Formats: sequence, structure tokens, C-alpha cells
Amino acid sequence: MSLWEYANPVKFIATTDRVLPALAWAAAGCLAAGLIWGFFFTPDDFRQGSTVKIIYLHVPSALMAINGWLMMLVASLIWIVRRHHVSALAARAAAPVGATMTVIALATGAIWGQPMWGTYWAWDPRLTSFLILFLFYLGYMALWAAIENDDTAADLTSILCLVGSVFALLSRYAVNFWNQGLHQGASLSLDKEENVADVFWYPLLVSIAGFVLLFIALVFLRTQTEIRARRMRALLARERMA
Amino acid sequence: MSRGGVPVLEGLSFVLEAGQALVLRGPNGSGKTTLIRTIAGLQPPLEGRVSGIEAVAYAGHQDGLKTSLDVVENLAFWAAVYGGGDVEAAMARFDLTDLRDRLAGNLSAGQKRRLGLARLLVTGRPVWVLDEPTVSLDTASVGLFADAVKAHLASGGAALMATHIDLGLPEARMLDVAPYKARPRARAEDEAFL
Amino acid sequence: MIALLTRDLRLAIRAGGGFGLGLAFFLIVVVLVPFGVGPETTLLARIAPGILWVGALLACLLSLDRIFALDWEDGSLDLLATAPLPMEGIVTVKAAAHWITTGLPLVLAAPALGLLLSLPGPGYLWLFLSLLIGTPALSVIGTFGAALTVGLKRGGLLLSLLVLPLYVPTLIFGAEVARRGADGLAVETPLLMLAGLSFGAVALLPFASAAVLRINLR
Repeated sequence: MSLWEYANPVKFIATTDRVLPALAWAAAGCLAAGLIWGFFFTPDDFRQGSTVKIIYLHVPSALMAINGWLMMLVASLIWIVRRHHVSALAARAAAPVGATMTVIALATGAIWGQPMWGTYWAWDPRLTSFLILFLFYLGYMALWAAIENDDTAADLTSILCLVGSVFALLSRYAVNFWNQGLHQGASLSLDKEENVADVFWYPLLVSIAGFVLLFIALVFLRTQTEIRARRMRALLARERMA
Repeated sequence: MSRGGVPVLEGLSFVLEAGQALVLRGPNGSGKTTLIRTIAGLQPPLEGRVSGIEAVAYAGHQDGLKTSLDVVENLAFWAAVYGGGDVEAAMARFDLTDLRDRLAGNLSAGQKRRLGLARLLVTGRPVWVLDEPTVSLDTASVGLFADAVKAHLASGGAALMATHIDLGLPEARMLDVAPYKARPRARAEDEAFL
Repeated sequence: MIALLTRDLRLAIRAGGGFGLGLAFFLIVVVLVPFGVGPETTLLARIAPGILWVGALLACLLSLDRIFALDWEDGSLDLLATAPLPMEGIVTVKAAAHWITTGLPLVLAAPALGLLLSLPGPGYLWLFLSLLIGTPALSVIGTFGAALTVGLKRGGLLLSLLVLPLYVPTLIFGAEVARRGADGLAVETPLLMLAGLSFGAVALLPFASAAVLRINLR
């Protein structure tokens, strides 16, 4: 029994089929619990008022935007090293989900920014980095869409993902250097003293768990779709040849 | 061997000795170009191996000429890339000396092809791997080409070419690729999905 | 490899487009900016370093698809790939040829265009230096993008989409050097960052470009 067994498309689909309903319900449950708890059963912040509650969407989506790219990076590396097709397809499947998370993070950030900073958008390092991350997602998806041969597309996009990761990291530091920002420091860290107060912290954790589960469920579902689409093309190709 | 992910040929094996020519035959789409590109090292075989790639001079459907360079410049460039072949001799062999200062863009199709073939001489490599070398050549030029191949073989070279024209090479072997056509089966990259 | 470089340079000169087009584009961008933001000298002087950097970057982008497209179309790329040159060498030479035909003229022209935007006096040296150090990175990164999209129909637009995000750090540090230089501030830190970025890109990216090109030639 090894993890690599799931690199077999059939096995992957069978296993994820079994897990998906549970995952989806867990995601829905956590999201509902986290958001309802956060929106209706936490006190208003004494400075930010009720606007602070958007944190329950903003922070988890921002987290998943970055972790989505990290997951693509890992999947790309696995494809380059071990050439498991499912890995390449999972990276492809994760891109639109990650891009959507980036958009959610940017949009909720803008909505939050208006009452807090008096502006929807500022060229703050964090905001700018997210915008750049979004551009990387766009380029990655466009390259997948542009190449016809599946294996060539997988090879090229995985190299783009590697190079892009390096440049995304460089951009992060460059942007930091370019403008010291308005954005508050990290709200979450292992050092408890630094964190937001417990009343906000627990619903936030639940809602983050919800976003993580949602991301995993969506990526599983989309990977299944990619596998099936790929299988369909393979069957068509075989039919044409026979 | 595959093209566009589709296996084209299988079970094909041969050895090309010095002084030998091997002519590939087969209907259109039977995999001659794929075989030649594989032997030239442009694509990896699905299974098996090709040895001696570093001795190969390859010429494909396109001549890779630069239209804004003249004949001498085109040849001199490839000579420099391959470490200095004799440009003058190559031009003489393919009757290009009179055209030496003409821009490649102003040459006729047949003249371009002759220039493309002259490139083989300046590479100085022993194994010529040619895809349809005689396309757009007239009878006289085909004769020039056949002579060049004979001279190349006589000097210990070897040639592998896909062509339908009889060049009158006495020592040429024929190889029909049609029997090696791959069984219809899944594209290699699709196997995991079936 | 030197033969390949001289051939590419000769082709660029003969075809005309190489030197001229990028420069003309750069000039037009710089001329259009005052029309857009108004002729006020103080404002122009403030934004001049940024405009010149962005203009140079766009002019560079414009010619990227030519790096491999022509060789791909006439079959030379196949022949080069079978020649006794390492693929890494080929892409490096291609990037170098692109830099000499596009980047270097932009670097040389930038101070002259700085006059049009009334760039402050100390800015000229730093603008020139930052472009001189930064444009090789632009060429190398662009070559990677060109290698990714070689052989694709409608590759030009995709190429821009892929390359522009990769240009962000170079632009930030390059323009920062020029801007600080123009304001008479210390430039060491961004200059060192820019140089590090440029050297890093030139040293490492050709391996990625070569890998990508091999995949595309398959």
C-alpha cells in the first residue's frame, strides 16, 4: 500500500468518489458553521465595527489562494519526476480554483478596505502580490488551454509553474521593498500573543477548515472531470485508429 | 515510435554500415518522416534506442535557409556551426558556384533545395539522414545529388533517405516501412486512462 | 555559437525590423505619455524614470515572438537542434542576439528620450545603468516565454500574458534605481538587487528555456 497507487486514474476516481460526499458535506458544514458563527455570534470590533466580519471570508480565501499555487507546484514536481498523469491533471484542476480564491481575497479585501483605509485599492505590497499571483494563475491556465497535446501541455505548464514560483517569490520581496504598506501584519501565527482575540479566532479557524475542505473537494471533483475528459479523448483516438 | 502521441512504427531494426545507403519506402503517412526525425534525435523513441545520433547530418522537408542571406553566407554559417567544412567544394558539387552571391530568397525552389543539400557536405558528418531530398529537383539536379551521395558513400559515409525516386545507387538497400506499421492501439500517453 | 550570434545579428540588420521597430515603439510610447498626462514639466520629471522603464519593457516585449518563430517556420530550428550545439547554448545565443538588437539600442536611446520627459540631471546615469543591467534579464526571461510558445498559432498574445508577470521584479528594481537616482537618493540596495536578479536569470533560465524548447520540438 503506497500513496502512489492513487496515481492510477481508475483508482483515483474510485477512491475520491467514496470520499467526495463526506468531504463536500464537511466543507458545507464547516463553512456554514464558521460563517454563521462569525457573522452573527461574535461581537463587533471596538474600532472596526461590524466590517471586521469579512475576515471570515478574506483570510481563508487568501490562504487558499497561496496554498493552491503551492499544491500546483508540488503536483508539477511530481509530474516532472514521476510522470503520473493524475498529478499533472490535478495541477490543471487546481488552477481555476486557486484563481477564484485569489479573486475572492482581492474582492473582499477591497470591500473591507473602503471603510477601513478609505479606499478600495491601494498599491500595498500584499494587495499587489495577490494581483501578481492572479496574473500567474491566468498565464498558467492560458498555457494549458493553448496546447493541444496533453503530455506536451503538462510538461510545459509544469516548467512554467516552477519558474513562475521562483518569480512569484521574487515579486513578493520586490513589492515589499517597493512600498511599505497599509496592510496589517499577519493575523494568524503560532505565537498566541500576536493573534486576534479568541472570540474572533475560533470561528475563523472553523471557516478556514471549511475553505480547506472546499478546496480539496473542488480539486478532487475537477480532477475527476479532467480524468474523464482525458479518457474520452483517449477512447475517441482509439476508435479513430481502429 | 510515435507521432502526435500516436504509435506509428514498431519492431523496426536495422544497422547502417559505412559505405551503405538505405532507402526507406512506404506509402504516405506510413511513418518515414517520423522514423527519420527519431533517428536524427529530434524526438525520443517510445521503445528501443538509436545509436550514433552524434554522427548524423539531418535534412528535413524544409531547408532551413535564411532568405536574407546569400548562398555563401548560408553555407558558411552551417560550416562554422559544424566546425568548418569546405564551402567552395560543396557549392561546386551542387553547381551553385555561379549563384554564390544571390540571396537565398531569390533562388528558385530547386536551387534552394540544392543549397539545402549542399549543407550536408559542409557538416562533415558521416551519416546523412534525409527526408524526401529530391523534392522540386529537376532531372539534372537529381543526377548531381546522386553523384554527391555516391561520392559520400565511396568516402566511407552512409546515407538513410526516404525517397520515391530511383537514384541509381547500385549498393542501396531498400526498406519498406509498411510491414512495421504499429498495431492500432492506444496512444502511449493514454494507456493509463483506458 | 559565435557563428549563430553573427548570423542572427546579420539577419536582424538585413531584415531591418530588429533595431528599428523596438526603438520606434519606445519613442512613440514616450511621446504619447505627455499627451496623456499633460505637458507640465514637474509632473513629467517625476514620472520620467518609470515611463522610460515601462516603455523599454514594452518595446522589448514586442519583439520577443521573433526570437524563435522565424527559425521555427523555415526549419532552421530543427537543423540547429541536430547540430553539435547544446540547446542551452542556442537559447543563450538567441537571448544575447535579442539583447544586442533590441535591449542595447533601448539602453542607448533612453537618455535621449529622458530629455523629452525632462528627467532630472542625476537621473541620466542611473537610468542608463539600470537599463544596462536590467535589459539582459528582460531578454533572457523573454526567451523563456518565446520557447514556451514556439509553434503555437496566436502565440503572441499568450507570450505577453506569460512573460509580463515574470517581468515584475526586474521592473520594480530597475525603475526603483532610476527613480532614486533621479531624486538624488542612495541607489545601492535596488541596484544590487537588480544586478543579482539579472545575473541569476542569465545563469539559470537558459536551462529552463532549453528544456522547454526540446519538449516543443518533439
